[in-house]
Amino acid sequence: MSNNLVRENNRRTASRREGEKFITPPTSVSETTDGYLLELEMPGVSKDGLEISIENNELSIFGRRSNPTIDGTPVHRESQPYNYRRSFEIDPSIDSAKIAARVSQGVVTLTLPKAEEVKPRKITVS
Amino acid sequence: MSLIRYQSPELSTWPALDRWADLRDELNSLFDLPTTGNFARQAQLFSGWTPALDLYQNNDNVVAVVELPGMRKEDIDVSLHDGMLTIAGERQCPSGEGENAERTERFSGKFRRSVTLPTRVDAGKVSASYKDGILTVTLPKAEEAKPKKVEVTIA
Repeated sequence: MSNNLVRENNRRTASRREGEKFITPPTSVSETTDGYLLELEMPGVSKDGLEISIENNELSIFGRRSNPTIDGTPVHRESQPYNYRRSFEIDPSIDSAKIAARVSQGVVTLTLPKAEEVKPRKITVS
Repeated sequence: MSLIRYQSPELSTWPALDRWADLRDELNSLFDLPTTGNFARQAQLFSGWTPALDLYQNNDNVVAVVELPGMRKEDIDVSLHDGMLTIAGERQCPSGEGENAERTERFSGKFRRSVTLPTRVDAGKVSASYKDGILTVTLPKAEEAKPKKVEVTIA
């Protein structure tokens, strides 16, 4: 049942809006006692290049690369020079006001706490 | 006589068509999954983690740029042997693993990339930096490998 709390949003029509190509960053989602933890790999993205928004339960993460500029001609190239974009549909039980994000060495970590009323509670019998 | 009401062809008269459009979008979205990169990176489906490596060259240096998100500096090992640059390491992902993992697309474990350098480099002057998950290794060219302008007088 909990699998549906953070769901990939497949309505991707918006991501092709301006014909710009995006990389879908590899992401890990795990459940913690208080909520969910999302980790997205976006090498080349610093704090300034990151835009995270929540609209109608849709969590969108956009990362703009600020790659070091290298003086020289490319001899061999494997990386893709595109920005990153991915969106997830989050369950209403997640307290969207308390979502927190940080970025460290190209990995964006988002913590999505569950709202108080859905956390397991112990009810004492009086 | 019964009349059939005229329907403007611009209107979507058959709602099922929308579902075909949805199916098409879903199929297209499969090609956006992270596993579809360029062909060189497809190898990681079989051999684990293959970080993308770029190589640049200018008059003075050879520069290698490797995408290594989420590493610790001390876990990256850069070595140079016989004109071959090797970048190896191991990444630990303490979170996102175990029984509570719902989706694991990030790779944890060892990786190794080797690349033959296009020219001889001065092994004693190699420097590296790691920022925003990108490792940049600068390898100054050996004096004899630098392009030189030679004045030749034509008799």
